[in-house]
Amino acid sequence: MTSPSPTSSSSSRLGALLMAPVNALMRLIDVPLRGLQKSTGIGGMAAFFLAPNMLIFGIFVLLPLVINFVYSMTGGTAFFLAERNFVGGEQYARLFTCQNYLDPMSCQEDAFWTAVGNTFWFVILQVALMILTALITALILNRDLAARSFWRAVFFFPVLLSPVVVGLIWKWILQRQGLLNFILFQFGDTEPYTWLTDRTWTFAATIGVSIWAHMGFYALILLAGLQAIPKDLYEAAEMDGTKPARVFWRITLPLLAPNLLVVVVLALIRAVQIFDEVYVLTGGGPGTSTLYLTQYIYETGFASALRNPGLAAAASILMGSVLVVLTLIQLGIGRKNENKGKR
Amino acid sequence: MGAAARFILRRKGGKGWHWTDIVTWVWLTGGLIIMFGPAVWLGFSSFKTPAALAEFPPSILPYVTSQATVEGYDKPLQLFNAKMPDGSTRVLAEVRRIGIMSQMVDPKAPGEIVRININDRQPVRTLSFATSNYTEPFVHFDFLRYLWNSVFVTVTATLITLVVNSMAAFALSKYEFRGRSAAMLIILATLMVPLSVIMVPLYSIISSLGLFNSLWGVILPTVATPTGVFILRQYMLTIPDELIDAARMDKASEWQIYWRIVLPLTAPALAVLAIFSVVWRWNDFLWPLIVLSRRELYTLQVGLSIYSGELNVQWHFILAMTVVTMIPVVLVFIFLQRFITTGIAGTGLK
Repeated sequence: MTSPSPTSSSSSRLGALLMAPVNALMRLIDVPLRGLQKSTGIGGMAAFFLAPNMLIFGIFVLLPLVINFVYSMTGGTAFFLAERNFVGGEQYARLFTCQNYLDPMSCQEDAFWTAVGNTFWFVILQVALMILTALITALILNRDLAARSFWRAVFFFPVLLSPVVVGLIWKWILQRQGLLNFILFQFGDTEPYTWLTDRTWTFAATIGVSIWAHMGFYALILLAGLQAIPKDLYEAAEMDGTKPARVFWRITLPLLAPNLLVVVVLALIRAVQIFDEVYVLTGGGPGTSTLYLTQYIYETGFASALRNPGLAAAASILMGSVLVVLTLIQLGIGRKNENKGKR
Repeated sequence: MGAAARFILRRKGGKGWHWTDIVTWVWLTGGLIIMFGPAVWLGFSSFKTPAALAEFPPSILPYVTSQATVEGYDKPLQLFNAKMPDGSTRVLAEVRRIGIMSQMVDPKAPGEIVRININDRQPVRTLSFATSNYTEPFVHFDFLRYLWNSVFVTVTATLITLVVNSMAAFALSKYEFRGRSAAMLIILATLMVPLSVIMVPLYSIISSLGLFNSLWGVILPTVATPTGVFILRQYMLTIPDELIDAARMDKASEWQIYWRIVLPLTAPALAVLAIFSVVWRWNDFLWPLIVLSRRELYTLQVGLSIYSGELNVQWHFILAMTVVTMIPVVLVFIFLQRFITTGIAGTGLK
């Protein structure tokens, strides 16, 4: 075969030198594969190419997904399925045993219901505030700005940071003698706030920090949506002398609505699973004021002395079903948008 | 400078300041401070000595108070700028403090003791970067080990991701076979299976494979990303089939077609996936936290969180190591940010 080698266009001698062993390896792999191809035919090679991904996929995603249901119906502290005894729906019953269904503290698994309640309020407040700030940011970035890509990057920066780094940065700023208290001190507040030891402030801090960390991602998607709105609509509105507020409510918002919906559902899905940065920032405390669902599952399954993998699996299936509903909504919206585009 | 001036002076339509101009200006400046400020503050703090970190009010730059050894005194004495009764200022060393009076001596002529009101003296401070915050954790703690583990996990996982995902994407975009749409559907469906939902059974699978407390246990579950297959497949669909047919005429094997034709043409999408994968794997936290329980196996993220959760938090080390953990991501941000932002805007995936 004459080798049409597009890689050689990189032309640097160092690159060629580095690629030489890789190319040799690939030629070596090719020898047995030609044999394989002879016996399976061209179509059969598709299975070969698909196999590694599907194998890893099957073992580490599909299989766990299936046996999670089995886990949720077994009891004991052992991790291997063979050593666990079947208990049927007992774990679910345990999660739902409450004396008074209006008071989470009366439930047998009060920590679970505290986590559910915390997660619920976290999701509502975080998503609402985050989408609002992301929308404002996107609208401002969509203006005729100098150095727009720079400003876009400014708001995007925290998105790349690891949750552990985010948690530690803010732990450092919010501590009693931290930067935030110092700034407030400058404005005349003499009593330092206890951001990370007061229940209400800590809950607010987890919301604020997670908005800081993720807002740029959603602003970016909304900005792409805004830029896809045809410019001639705005020009027509300007010619008619339409007021800017009316342009926003009648043109921008309706045309952005599909994007906005996708972004809201995506944010909901992520917010339900909040864990990493909160775990580093507050560890779920003080008390259980920032204990969220994923941390409850993690601690029930692995960390606590009274670990109960079956209970953790049952809780994770309940959380998973919420996520499935949200994802189906998202896919539904996606399909609707696609159909609209085709028409 | 020109861009900055244009930004500051730009107004809507050029006729005076519209209220939206003010909102824009406030929002962008505020955003600049709030988004970058914390990271910059972290950077400055990471160079401070423990004593400087405990100061309140804090200074922005890392200062240390100067000390001097004075003849006749065992310990080094702290230096102050003292305002003398006659209005002049002298550098004096403090011997002791009694109430609001400070007994000081001149470091060059330590014979005579001067009494100064403590409000009339200011500590002498010099700018000094405590680089030992960075070197000591690497030498005395296991941070070099953690750094290596993180690099190993990130690089290996990214390489396997690229190979395995591109092979699958090739099969799903360039072959007609039974079950193709089923395979595609399964991959897409697992987009909605986050780790937090399957961590208990996944843990048991990892342990029965003997991968508990092994970096491979961290790497393997992450490499078959549905996102990666999806991005690469979409891109490969745009490669004309005629190219592949022509290669087949030339008796190229399917592996050669994949390696020599399809992969080089997919380079832009591979680059985007590589960048994403590096950031994902570098930042992973919950799964390594579950799989790794031996200290020498921790990744940077796990090591940092464990150290920061210990009782006597040594903030000067933690802050410096946080900066180290941040560096690769900041480099990606500075040099490759454009790829990521266009990648997200195009696919809506993170």
